[in-house]
Amino acid sequence: MVERALVPYARLAWAWCRALAQYPVSLVLLTLAQLGATGVELLALLFVFGHVDALAGFTLHEALLVYGLTGTAFWLADLLMGSVERLGEHIRTGSFDTMLVRPVSPLVQLATDEFSPRRLGKNVPSAVALATALGALDIDWTPGRAAMLVVLVVSGTAICCALWVLGACVQFFVTEARELANALTYGGSALSEYPLAIYGHGVARAATFLVPLAFISYQPALYLLDRPDPLGMWPHLRYASPVVAVLLCALAAAAWRTGLRHYRSTGS
Amino acid sequence: MTSVPLTTPVIDARGLGRDFTRVSGPLLRRRRERVNAVHDVTFSVAPGEIIGYLGPNGAGKSTTMKMLTGILSPSHGRVRVCGLEPSRQRTLLAGRIGVVFGQRTTLWWDLPLRDSLALTRHLYRVPAADHAARLAELTELLELGPFLATPVRQLSLGQRMRGDLTAALLHAPELLVLDEPTIGLDVVSKSAIREFLLRLNTEQGTTILLTTHDLGDVERLCRRVVVIDHGSLAFDGDLARLRATAPTPRTLVVDLAGPADPIEVAGARTVRVEGPRQWLELSANPAEVIAAVAGAHSVADLTLREPDIEDVVARLYSSGRAAAGAPRREDPVSG
Ligand SMILES: Nc1ncnc2c1ncn2[C@@H]1O[C@H](COP(=O)(O)OP(=O)(O)OP(=O)(O)O)[C@@H](O)[C@H]1O
Ligand SMILES: [Mg+2]
Repeated sequence: MVERALVPYARLAWAWCRALAQYPVSLVLLTLAQLGATGVELLALLFVFGHVDALAGFTLHEALLVYGLTGTAFWLADLLMGSVERLGEHIRTGSFDTMLVRPVSPLVQLATDEFSPRRLGKNVPSAVALATALGALDIDWTPGRAAMLVVLVVSGTAICCALWVLGACVQFFVTEARELANALTYGGSALSEYPLAIYGHGVARAATFLVPLAFISYQPALYLLDRPDPLGMWPHLRYASPVVAVLLCALAAAAWRTGLRHYRSTGS
Repeated sequence: MTSVPLTTPVIDARGLGRDFTRVSGPLLRRRRERVNAVHDVTFSVAPGEIIGYLGPNGAGKSTTMKMLTGILSPSHGRVRVCGLEPSRQRTLLAGRIGVVFGQRTTLWWDLPLRDSLALTRHLYRVPAADHAARLAELTELLELGPFLATPVRQLSLGQRMRGDLTAALLHAPELLVLDEPTIGLDVVSKSAIREFLLRLNTEQGTTILLTTHDLGDVERLCRRVVVIDHGSLAFDGDLARLRATAPTPRTLVVDLAGPADPIEVAGARTVRVEGPRQWLELSANPAEVIAAVAGAHSVADLTLREPDIEDVVARLYSSGRAAAGAPRREDPVSG
């Protein structure tokens, strides 16, 4: 795993960074553009709280915690794995064939394709939101809870990475399915930027058991805030994020292998 | 028939086949149709050979290349390349072979050629010193110098192809698989690439398997050719024997003083007339036919054309199909 995936990942990502660093002006401009794109979402949340004091029982800072956790996990996953959404395009143009004849996992090649630190720009608003929330909220910081914060962010990131890969795998079978994949990834993250409780029971259940978005930020936030679930779902779910992350990653890996086995290239 | 191989083959394909299901028709009444793209192909390639893998469009050449390189898994039969099973040991195999698809590039459009090649070094884990030495050597042989700093999207087709060849060779592979490496190139670029491949083969012993529609490539590079048609092996043997298997007559092109009826002489058959120019397929000694034509008509010019490989292969296809599609095979000629 380390030898076959992480080391080549780091080498390729670094090689791409160096190649793209030759255009510093465009790097800065694009970073700012990405920052602006996600900053608007944060402004929308703040705008809502200009009119109400709480959303489904969540105060501004509590909602910022949820937003910050989602944004951090999702945009870190976007940085690490976001490029896999272009699988269908690579299949259609034949460049996926060329990835298959190189001695590095095609998933790693796909994920590092045009890897650029500019995507970190998208992380800035959610990092600010997370820092603000953690500073303002009255959280009972034990060493265990602090360590758990790291585990939860890593789990959330892993869940989002798995969603990116699952979305890409659909494109093995329907190469035009990028929009469908985006509905899963971008749609999922947009949904979980707000506390799930505001959507009611139906959506919250779907986002827990069907597509496990609840484990990216909602359940972790309940754990950090140490408060009961306003929807009354099973209280132990808040500890489940790491387990869900492992299961979802295993599912994504299996889907990827299945897709590769059924890969049929293109005629010509 | 069975001979003990002196060396283990680089490529060993036995009964190799690949089916595709093709879906067609409207959404609700979709018809699924099985296409037999490659069928029961058996051949082997010894180290140091250059093999031309020939066939008309849609014959299954690219599909075979994809099975040999591990991109596609075979539906039938088995194949070993460098002693490995391509579809299961694809990543391992990739480090030992170089692959170039003439129709697509392994380089990155937005990066200068030099950076594309540097990324390739990271993919193949070539040590920096080896990379530098090999790049210097290939830069000289393929004359990459003037465009190493140019972004790939701005390269001409010929320059890009030389860049792709470099990318495929930086890790010093044992086997080079080329799918139409000279497609779309001009005469000068084609011949530069041919001479380079010959040198690579003779000086470094690299085994080369290439598909092409360019018969100049075949005549310059390949002693042995494998011909497939409709997915099945139609011929495997050396080039001279291919010519003998499907004997193709020479053509006499006659320019008469003016338009005339088709020429009728013994030992030749007129196959085409265009104004004053006529094409005669020879079945007898050319000298006799020329004398007979010159005696009966006023001739402005005469040209004797040797059959080229294109005619030979076309003849092989048509006679092969006439013989109920029975593939004719010859023992591989050890090179
Ligand atoms: N991915 C695919 N899906 C369905 N059919 C395919 C696929 N790839 C190839 N085929 C079919 O298999 C047959 C052989 O195709 P292939 O690309 O191997 O031919 P080729 O010999 O390389 O031809 P060309 O000289 O035109 O490149 C064709 O009938 C083609 O339509
Ligand atoms: Mg082809």
